[in-house]
Formats: sequence, C-alpha cells, structure tokens
Amino acid sequence: MEKAAAVLENDDLKLRLGLPGTDEPEQQSSSSQVKNNKRSCAEMEIGSCQTGQEQESGAPATKAQVVGWPPVRSYRKNVLQQKRPESETGSGMFVKVSMDGAPYLRKIDLKFYKNYFDLLKALENMFKCTIGVYSEREGYNGSEYAPTYEDKDGDWMLVGDVPWEMFITSCKRLRIMKGSEARGLGCL
Amino acid sequence: MPFSKNQMDPDPPEDSPSNSTNSEGANAPQSPFPDEVLEKVLSFIDSHKDRSSVSLVRKDWYNAERWTRAKLFIGNCYAVSPEIVARRFPRIKSVILKGKPRFSDFNMLPRDWGANVHSWLVVFAKVYPFLEELRLKRMFVTDESLELLAKSFPGFKALSLLSCDGFSGNGLKAIVSHCRNLTELDIQDCVTEDFAGDWLSSFPENFASLEILNFASLNSEVSFDDLERLVSQCKSLRVLKVNESITLDLLQRLLMHASQLTELGTGSFSQELTPRQYEEIERAFSNCKNLQVLSGLWEASSLYLPLIYGACAGLTFLNLSDVALQSGEFAKLLAYCPNLRRLWVTDTVEDKGLEAVGSTCPLLEELRVFPADPYDRDQRDGVTEVGFLAVSRGCRKLHYVLYFCRRMTNAAVVTIVRNCPNFTHFRLCIMNPREPDYLTNGPMDEGFGAVAKTCTKLKRLSISGLLTDLTFEYIGKYAKNLETLSVAFAGSSDRGMQYVLEGCPKLRKLEIRDCPFGNAALLSGRGKYEMMRSLWMSSCAVTIKGCRLLAKEKPGLNVEVISEEENDESQADKVYVYRSVAGPRRDAPPFVITF
Repeated sequence: MEKAAAVLENDDLKLRLGLPGTDEPEQQSSSSQVKNNKRSCAEMEIGSCQTGQEQESGAPATKAQVVGWPPVRSYRKNVLQQKRPESETGSGMFVKVSMDGAPYLRKIDLKFYKNYFDLLKALENMFKCTIGVYSEREGYNGSEYAPTYEDKDGDWMLVGDVPWEMFITSCKRLRIMKGSEARGLGCL
Repeated sequence: MPFSKNQMDPDPPEDSPSNSTNSEGANAPQSPFPDEVLEKVLSFIDSHKDRSSVSLVRKDWYNAERWTRAKLFIGNCYAVSPEIVARRFPRIKSVILKGKPRFSDFNMLPRDWGANVHSWLVVFAKVYPFLEELRLKRMFVTDESLELLAKSFPGFKALSLLSCDGFSGNGLKAIVSHCRNLTELDIQDCVTEDFAGDWLSSFPENFASLEILNFASLNSEVSFDDLERLVSQCKSLRVLKVNESITLDLLQRLLMHASQLTELGTGSFSQELTPRQYEEIERAFSNCKNLQVLSGLWEASSLYLPLIYGACAGLTFLNLSDVALQSGEFAKLLAYCPNLRRLWVTDTVEDKGLEAVGSTCPLLEELRVFPADPYDRDQRDGVTEVGFLAVSRGCRKLHYVLYFCRRMTNAAVVTIVRNCPNFTHFRLCIMNPREPDYLTNGPMDEGFGAVAKTCTKLKRLSISGLLTDLTFEYIGKYAKNLETLSVAFAGSSDRGMQYVLEGCPKLRKLEIRDCPFGNAALLSGRGKYEMMRSLWMSSCAVTIKGCRLLAKEKPGLNVEVISEEENDESQADKVYVYRSVAGPRRDAPPFVITF
C-alpha cells in the first residue's frame, strides 16, 4: 500500500515507465504483481478482470467476474435494462396541484389514491371547492371547476379521459381550472 | 442375466446377448408366448427405462423389444454412435438426443466443441424414413442439417430445439416449407445471431396442421400478416409463443383467432394504448378460457398487467422470468391465479413478493427465482432467506426450487426443509462464491446437510456458499436417491468428492467447478463412472496425468480434457468423463484431448 510520502525523494519525481508502486531499479517482468489489492486474475477463471478502484488495504477489491458464474443462461437478458417508467420505481408520485385563484400550490402523492373518485374527493377537500362528476361527453360541465393535468408531452388534458393507471404515470402536475376556461375544455 | 446389472443409458452393444456365457443362449427354453404376442405386449411399453429392463431378460425379449421400440432416448450423443443405434433398432419414429454438458449453457465450452447432429441425421435418413419427431438439447445444428432433415422424412411432424445453436432462419425456412405434416415447431433458449424473419412466411399457403409454435427466443421480425394467417388457419393450435417483435395490439388480433390456446407466450407487453385498444386487449385475454401456461410479458408493468387478469383463473404455470416486476404489482397479479403449480419470477419481486406467493399459492409445487441482474455486485436487493422461508410456510406441496440469492443462513434452510420435506429438486445458488451463513459467518454445511437428511426423495441438488467436506459427508450419508449433483467453489479436500462417490448409489450426473479435488478424488470414482452418465470437473486440482490414468484403467470410459498445456503435471482445466460404447470420439476439435 502506498504510504503517504512525508518527504519526496528525488527518485519519486523522475519520469519513468512502470506501474505506480513498482520499485524502479529492479527489472520487473511484465507479469509482476501490482502493489494494490486487486486479486490476480489467475485466482479466478479469466472472463474479464474488472479494473476496480484501488482501495485501502483490508477492504476487498472489486472482484473479477468469473466465467459462467452465477450459472444463468447467457441468452437471458438483464431484465433491469428494460425500459420502465421512472415513476414505477420511485417511492411516491408527488405532483404539484395549483388552483386558479389560490395563493399557493399544494403537493399530493398520486400513488396514495386508487381511482379518480378518491383523487377528486381529496382535491375538493383540499381546496374547499366542488369539482363535480366527470362525463365523457360533457367533461365537468355543470361545476365551477374542472381538474386538468399536464402530461408527459406538455399538453394540458382533462382529468378522467384515460384509465387511472395510465393517468398516474403520465401526469406531471395538476391544475384546477376555474369557470369559463373550464367550460371551454368540457365542450371539446 | 446377459449383462451386468447396470442400467446403462446408451444401449448395450448389439452383439452382447448372443455372446453371453449363461444359459440364455441357443438352448434357452421355448418362450411361452409367440413372438407376435410378445411384440404386441411390448408395444405398450413406452418408458425407455422399462424397455431397457425388458431387453435384459432374455434374448428373445431383447429381440422383441428392439423390433417394437419406436422412441429413442439418447442422453449423451457420444455414449453411442448412430451406426450402433441403427443396427439395433430398425423402427424408430421419435428421437430425443442430448449433446453438450450442461455447463456449456454458461459459456464454459468453446463454440465448436462438438455435438453436431449432422452425422446422426445422415444415418437416420437412410434407416428411419418414417421418422416423425426429433427433440434436440444442447446440440449443434446447422442449416445444412435442417435442410437434410426437411427433405429426408416425408412424415415428419415435430421438431424441438432446446439450447441449440448453429442455425439461422434459412434452416427453419427449409423445415417449414418442406414438412407438410408439421404439427410442432418449438425453439427454446437457442443462441442465434442475425436471424432473418422470413422463415415464417415460408409456410405453404394453406398450411393448417400446426399445434405448437414457439419462436419466443428468436431475434427476428416476422411478417405479422403471415403469422396471423397461419394462426387463423391452424384450428388445432394450442401452444403459441411469439417473440418480442409482436406488440400488444398485434397480439390481440392473434388471440381473436386462437382463443382455444392452452399455452401462450406474449410478445412485448408495453405500448401506448388508447382506452378502446386497452379494452379490446382485455377482452381478448378474457376470452382465452383454456389458458394453463403464460409467459413472455416483456416490459410489462403495473399499467399493463391488469390486461391478463381475466385469463389467469386456470393458469397452472406462470413464467415471469423475462420481466422485472415489483412486489406490489406481482402480489396483485397472484391474487388472480389461484391454481398455480409452477411459478418462475425474477428477484425484483423481493422477499415481499415471495411472501405474497406463500399466502396466495397453496398449490405451488415449483418455484424458480432468477436474478434480474446477476453481475451487479453492489446490489443489495433481490431475495433473501426471508422470502424462501415465507414460501416454504405457505406452499407445503413445494418439491422443486431454483433459488438465486445473495445471502442465506443454515437455520433458514433447516426450517425450509422441515416445512417442505418432499423436495425432489433443491437448487440453491448463493451468488457470491464461498459466501458464509450471514448470521454465524460459518459454513453452510448444516443447512445442506439438513436438505440431504430430511428430503429423502431428493433427486437433484445444487449447493453453494461456504462449504467444507462435511457437506459432502452428509450428502454421501443421506442422499440415497440423489441422481444429479452440482458443486461450485466448495469442499476442503479430496475426501469431499470421495464421500459422494462412495455414498450415492443412484448418482448419474456429477458436475463440479472450482473445488480443491484432485487426482485422488477423480480416481476414487473409477468403479462408479460407468454407472453414471457423466462427470464434469473444471478448475479443480486434477492433472493431465490423473486423467490419463483413469482413461487407461477404464476403456469403457471416454476421458476428455481441455487444457492449455499437455504435459502430465499441468492442470487439466476442464475434464469431461462419460461412459461410451462408441469409443473415443473422432470429431474432437484440436483443443480437446481424448485419451
């Protein structure tokens, strides 16, 4: 292990070819052990010797990958490399909620709710408003407010059109729209 | 008895019975049955083990058996030659042929090691024109071979390729265009590169006889129109496993034609869907009332899993090993599958997911948990002893387990086998080599000892973790029904291997890697290997000299070595020993030393 040099000797400043830690004067063969804690490849079947970070002595160095171990078939893909929506792996799906006219925004965890009914009831409670009932044709016509959301593409959509599961993965933020604007959306 | 009592896997030499020295020769008493009656009776016997026994009774039984055998099982293609087989059995319609040792699945053998099926097909083409079925496992299969197959057997019906390599789309094209009576095309776990997809379009125009089609592991885009036409025409189709190129909306169209399926492998399971599409797909799945087996589901997430809920009531086998499910969505899915007997998952479901298995799958008989990311060293996730314990508590019928984990304890294993004493297959892979019991920091000897002792029906065992010779002592002492043993990074001395060779009377396959077993251990089994199918030893302490000695003593064995150097004292890197009536193989590549 390299000792922190208190006094630099002249030799240390000389440029030379060689791996750090090898003694300069002796003719080292090219297969000399590097003075770090990397386990030599000869100990394991050589698949690829990962160049791990040099570590303090005592801590095990990054182990070389062993051929054929663990015994899983090579065709089996690393399933974790599959595309997964980020929100699936997070511990919550917090999105900002704004309401027209309200002085500040709120934040809610979409994962907390099971369906649109629960969500809208919660929003009504939170903002002390009436959102009313969703209908595919009319939207939230008849109520003073309409819940809308910004989706992954940046478009503002009416809450309720798509299946719940699809909604929570594409919703980035919520906005409870007021009155006249809301009516415009509902008529589309 | 004409031969020794050994139930040999490869059939005994054809001339043995007439050379026997006991009384069952030319002066044998007349058989009470005429040949036709004997042959008729024997034609009902299917199991190759039973037929082997039958053939050993007396000479006329041997002859009656060989004339009536229709199905051939060859567990090691090098244990016998095609010529020997052809001489003995004149009327074969179905062949199962296995080639490379199992460790070739894990890249431990060079590509051109052998097990080429071609020489077999050349002989079969001459001798078995009525061949209908061919099932190959770990064989090297070229397009040329597939073309020969396609053109040589007019009644050919079923081709199954498991863990094979060497062929491309052209080979399959030959099969589908020439085999007019094809009912089964089943390609599993095959390594193929640059696979053109147009083979599927080569089915003849009005082709309608397919019952089984599995191309899930082939990397190619197929013509969907041709696939749809094929599926709609094949009214008897009961197994359909497509590859990832088939998206959800396309799958829906296929299901509309094939709601009678009993086994389905979906394609890619992640797609932007309109609500209407979502409903249509949901309905298509619900219409599949006969589904027993489900697999594929690539990239499925909680959004899309509900699509299959309606098809799960009758599921007995659910294969989720190609998708990284989390515990919550997995548990939700399980609730719809009350009849599961076999379950394959990846360890992303974690212990929590396995707890759900324990509580919702009382009929479960087989569980396999695969590592989602086998080479990621720092990952602390996956499953542990907790999940395994939970399953053992709730699934008392469990008898087959394959479990990859990063930590385990002796106490857990002892409890698990106490809960489930009926294990026939116990394959536990603690992924870090020589990993100790994480509570005691000691060897896992007691855990595996408990498996050997408690599970009296144990046929197959894979051991892992930190293990001393004591584990092998337990195995030799208690595992009297053990047939297959896989060992890695275990043992302290030659005694370990010796315990097993001395103690396990039914041992057929022994595969060992990275263990301190040397020549003494290898040679101690000299009397046993002829009663086994094969022995594999790699990265052990065996030398060329030891292999040479074994080969010299035992001419009935083939001893093959792959090693960088050939002098006596050098380490024999890879040793493969197997019984054979065909002598040393003549197709060994230059890097394989045959003694």
